[in-house]
Amino acid sequence: MTSRKNKKYYLKAATHAVLVLFAIIAVYPVLQVVTISLRPSDKLLSTSLEIIPENATLKSYISLFTDQPFLLWVRNSALVSITVTLTGVALASMSGYAFSRFNFIGRRMGLLSLLLTQMFPATMLLLPMYLMLIYLGLINTYLGIIITYTATALPFCIWTMKGYYDTIPVSLEEAARIDGCNQFEAFYRVILPLAAPALVITGLFSFMTAWSEYIVAAQILQDTALWTLPLGLKSFEANMSTEWGLYGAASLIVMVPVVVLFLVLSRWLVSGLTLGSVKG
Amino acid sequence: MNKFYRNIFIFIFAAPAFIVLIGVVFYPFIYNVVISFSNMNLSHIKDWHIVGPKQYVKVFTEPTEPTFFVIFLKTVIWTVVNVTFHVVLGVFLALLLNQKIRGRSVYRTLLILPWAIPQYIVALTWRGMFNYQYGSINLIITKYLHLPAVEWLKNPEEAFLSCILTNVWLGFPFMMVVALGALQSIPQELYEAADIDGASWYKKLTSITIPLIRPVMIPAITLGIVWTFNNLNIVWLVSNGGEPSDKTHILVSFVYKAAFNLYRYGYAAALSMVIFFILLVMSLTFMKSTKATEAAY
Repeated sequence: MTSRKNKKYYLKAATHAVLVLFAIIAVYPVLQVVTISLRPSDKLLSTSLEIIPENATLKSYISLFTDQPFLLWVRNSALVSITVTLTGVALASMSGYAFSRFNFIGRRMGLLSLLLTQMFPATMLLLPMYLMLIYLGLINTYLGIIITYTATALPFCIWTMKGYYDTIPVSLEEAARIDGCNQFEAFYRVILPLAAPALVITGLFSFMTAWSEYIVAAQILQDTALWTLPLGLKSFEANMSTEWGLYGAASLIVMVPVVVLFLVLSRWLVSGLTLGSVKG
Repeated sequence: MNKFYRNIFIFIFAAPAFIVLIGVVFYPFIYNVVISFSNMNLSHIKDWHIVGPKQYVKVFTEPTEPTFFVIFLKTVIWTVVNVTFHVVLGVFLALLLNQKIRGRSVYRTLLILPWAIPQYIVALTWRGMFNYQYGSINLIITKYLHLPAVEWLKNPEEAFLSCILTNVWLGFPFMMVVALGALQSIPQELYEAADIDGASWYKKLTSITIPLIRPVMIPAITLGIVWTFNNLNIVWLVSNGGEPSDKTHILVSFVYKAAFNLYRYGYAAALSMVIFFILLVMSLTFMKSTKATEAAY
């Protein structure tokens, strides 16, 4: 009896040990960013492994707001991300509804092609879009990057919305119609509020797509006045020795709100992902 | 009259979907096909013309350094290694978290972190950690393990390994969360019945757990394969655009470089098409083969 109890005890201890080990691995790079951001400027390149460095200082943070265009990048990123989110949610909530409820010509093919876009290599959409933006004169404009981001995020968003609408019984709309709503009212008074979780996922996904994107922005936004956060942060990194501290401070500020939002909503995000894919 | 309104309503809702599809999927796709048969590049950006399948021939035969087949092989290694580690680590950690242990939600939150952080920050931070002299990875290796420091970013093999390590770190939480959701939906009675029959730990894993999380894991793994195969961010930013000397490229980063650093638009479009078909065939065969084994249960 005691040996069995002992075995159980050791098993629990081993479980905790493994989990702690992996938790450390998961958190360590974040701690690295904290450390870098707190280093005094003469110790940016240091071979110390301390988490809180010697002579820790908040100078990088202060300099970020006073002599760097950090706030401009925040403003640009916020402008682009919020526009993409609003457009994405509006278009996806309507398109998803059409795909879920109506039978129209090209419905099946439309859904299939949305799924196929997930297999497009990034350049397959990016290159034609980039060339199109050149012809339209939209390189170096917010509009150009907003169109590209919305385009990349939309297929996934439409699938998520469609998958969620599928789980809402049609009888609810019929009941609303009997109560005197017209079809449009039935949609936005009855169905849309019920689809709130999917709207949140769609919104979060669109926002993250735009907020955290570097590769596309690097091609479309060349004018430094239009730079979004990822471009700005990369410019700090490129100049590792002198601006490494700024990179740490900026990363932390950019990361914290997104991470918190993500952690809060992660349960919903996964149910949305599996809904979209399982029903595929 | 009623029917007329209904049709208008359908039109109002379906129209944005179609405009979006045409603008976002069909037009770029067709345009991409057209460019792939043309000679478009930086010097022929406006006066390009169709040259037939020349660019496709170039994709397979041009002696680029490295060649298409070498990069393709690397991409396969990249995808297989990454997805395998993601799934194994993810399921393993999910099994640990699916017990009654203290601090479960704290562990869960900390373990999701790598997924929550923006990818470019992950990549740039790990690049810093791989720095030869000041990066913490070498410091840990030399100070605590007393091993010689590794030139992570200067040698082709090590640089590619750095990209893989970063991506493994970044990708396991997704599989963990998916697996955890699947595990929680397995009825507890099955394990109780197995206990009464005296089933071993291993028997329970292979006869109950794995078959029952399979239906959820297969779509997640398919997604994982597509995402990993197409993951441009990590390779591009950790290796700083394929350094050293283009030896760390996977197909998507190679084609990105061809398009936006070398301005070879026709060639890049043709290579994009090739990548797309490889991916399509790969995911279809994966889905099919797993369906085939599913029927065997």
